[in-house]
Amino acid sequence: MSLVDDKAQVSEACTLCGTCLEVCPEGALSLEEVARAVDERAAFSRGVWVFAEQRDGLLPEVVAELLGQGGRLAADLGVELSAVLLGHEVAGLAGELFALGAETVYVADDPRLQYFNDDIYAEVLARLIAEHKPEVLLAGATALGRSLIPRVATAAATGLTADCTGLAIDKQRRLLLQTRPAFGGNIMATIICPLARPQMATVQPRVMKKGQRQEGAAGRLVTVELAPDQAAATQVLEVVRAVGEQVNLSAAEVVVVGGRGLGGPEGFDLVREMAEALGGVVGATRGAVDLGWIGHAHQVGQTGRTIGPKLYIGLGVSGAVQHLVGMQSSEVIVAVNTDACAPIFQVATYGIVGDLHEVAPAMLARLKELRG
Amino acid sequence: MKIIVCLKQVPDTAHVKLDPVTHTLKREGVAAIINPFDLFALEAALRLREQVGGAIHVLSMGPPQAAEAIKEAIGYGVDEGLLLSDRAFAGADTWATTAALAAGVRQMGGADLIICGKQAVDGDTAQVGPGLAMRLGLPQVAFVKGWREVAAGHLVVERQMDDGFDVVRLPLPGLITVVREVGEPRPPSLKGKMRAKKYQVPMAGAAVLGLSEAQVGLAGSFTQVVEVFAPQASGQRQMIEAPAQEAGRLVIDYLVRDQAIRVGS
Ligand SMILES: Cc1cc2nc3c(=O)[nH]c(=O)nc-3n(C[C@H](O)[C@H](O)[C@H](O)COP(=O)(O)OP(=O)(O)OC[C@H]3O[C@@H](n4cnc5c(N)ncnc54)[C@H](O)[C@@H]3O)c2cc1C
Repeated sequence: MSLVDDKAQVSEACTLCGTCLEVCPEGALSLEEVARAVDERAAFSRGVWVFAEQRDGLLPEVVAELLGQGGRLAADLGVELSAVLLGHEVAGLAGELFALGAETVYVADDPRLQYFNDDIYAEVLARLIAEHKPEVLLAGATALGRSLIPRVATAAATGLTADCTGLAIDKQRRLLLQTRPAFGGNIMATIICPLARPQMATVQPRVMKKGQRQEGAAGRLVTVELAPDQAAATQVLEVVRAVGEQVNLSAAEVVVVGGRGLGGPEGFDLVREMAEALGGVVGATRGAVDLGWIGHAHQVGQTGRTIGPKLYIGLGVSGAVQHLVGMQSSEVIVAVNTDACAPIFQVATYGIVGDLHEVAPAMLARLKELRG
Repeated sequence: MKIIVCLKQVPDTAHVKLDPVTHTLKREGVAAIINPFDLFALEAALRLREQVGGAIHVLSMGPPQAAEAIKEAIGYGVDEGLLLSDRAFAGADTWATTAALAAGVRQMGGADLIICGKQAVDGDTAQVGPGLAMRLGLPQVAFVKGWREVAAGHLVVERQMDDGFDVVRLPLPGLITVVREVGEPRPPSLKGKMRAKKYQVPMAGAAVLGLSEAQVGLAGSFTQVVEVFAPQASGQRQMIEAPAQEAGRLVIDYLVRDQAIRVGS
């Protein structure tokens, strides 16, 4: 920021750190006014960025999906696709990001970034945004993304749309059209961020198509250093992985969901058997969870996990809106319910009106037959 | 410990119906409730107060009717409330919402700990908690499912992740957003309900909070909704009209044909 003709002027280099607010004696500035003053940002921001989340040196599937979608958006805008990678001893993942379509990879590799702490991650990302001015930034709507990205958007003083299921470009205005379910999935809304940059969105896993993998592709690697005194305020003391039964619902390709129609906790034996036969995981409705038939970690829906697997099979699930919002982006939906009017049939690719205790064993038997 | 719980009054989405012709929401007669996740935030605050003492304040932004939500919170045993209400606040996105809430927190003299529900069921963004923390320059932990330690200067909390959970030390003052696992909300107490009846909810508008109209509501928002439409049921839909066992066999064949499942290697 500088003084021009006795008036404060915000320059392009502004990082919206807010320091100017503290030094401004008259209270003449506010972060909002500063933000508005830099909203020529739209004119000089270029490029599509993907936040390449990693945990323990592993990139979740959503990163490949984001790079696939990011590549298509970048092509529409005629700009470069970049990925940002934060962590410790993660630089080796850059090659994978190039293969997935990134042309530039920004890597901040530092022991202070080994574990996910919102504050330091947000600081590093916000600084990179301020320095390089991307026009679009995408991240996965994972636990990490949904925690971090709103903080980053606020630090960067820009808009953010959560849990998008559709992204497109309005080429004329260079705007990102961000579509997401709203109101418990009752409606879809398309949202834009006309002035501020970057246009930020978190994207639901398993919705976007991955791009073509380019084995051995190379690109530009940019190393990012942390400031010597930079430190996280929070501290991760322990990382506990879900043990025993794997309930990584969000990443599963096949989810078999049991509802109250199972009739009791033992009904989940059938659900488990089906999930196992299909290499999938077990999900549940809140109806079943509330009855104590299975743990809450399995719950799919508004107050559980959002899933978008290749295949969803619902056994004895009515399809309440709070459940539908969590699964309706599944590619193929199979529903088995005795009630022909159950709302789940409205979204089912294949609907079967019948008793699950007859239908599901027949499905399993046919699978066995085909597999020989 | 002084705790501020942020809560939002929302339409009871369980009963919101879509008009099948106009694809608009039929909101008439839909009850307003406290956002269910905010009840977990309230419960977390009550448990923390039981553990270490202190006071709980609730903060909400909304139309004048949202005072009901604050009164309801008083019934649960909250000490004080503040409703941020101003026509200028209408149409706020999460950026403009956190502008008002941050001013509200300052108006309340700050807190050792701010607790938000993980998200509101009408918007489902989960953005307000982390955005508010950033506005206030506070450290944050989102999706907290419980805590292991409460001290004057810090909390040790469990943060839900996709593949398990992290144990995180949060220095205070700080902000957490909570999920259901922090504990089922208790019912309001009789004593609380009595107090709620008489409780006059303090209100503050933009001017009192030192906010200009350009900073809040629709005018202060970065994002704009440009289109609203009914969710498209994607792809084809087919009821398999066959006796149960036959239908079960058929659907597997369809799924194999569609390459939704694989048989053989
Ligand atoms: C704020 C809020 C948040 C919520 N969040 C969620 C959420 O995250 N996830 C969620 O799932 N729900 C959620 N709910 C609850 C939701 O409204 C429903 O109550 C719940 O999804 C119903 O579960 P269900 O389908 O198992 O049970 P029911 O609605 O009772 O349906 C059981 C179905 O099984 C069928 N059936 C019975 N016997 C058989 C049989 N032998 N064979 C085949 N079918 C049979 C019945 O016809 C019926 O359709 C939420 C509710 C609220 C208010």
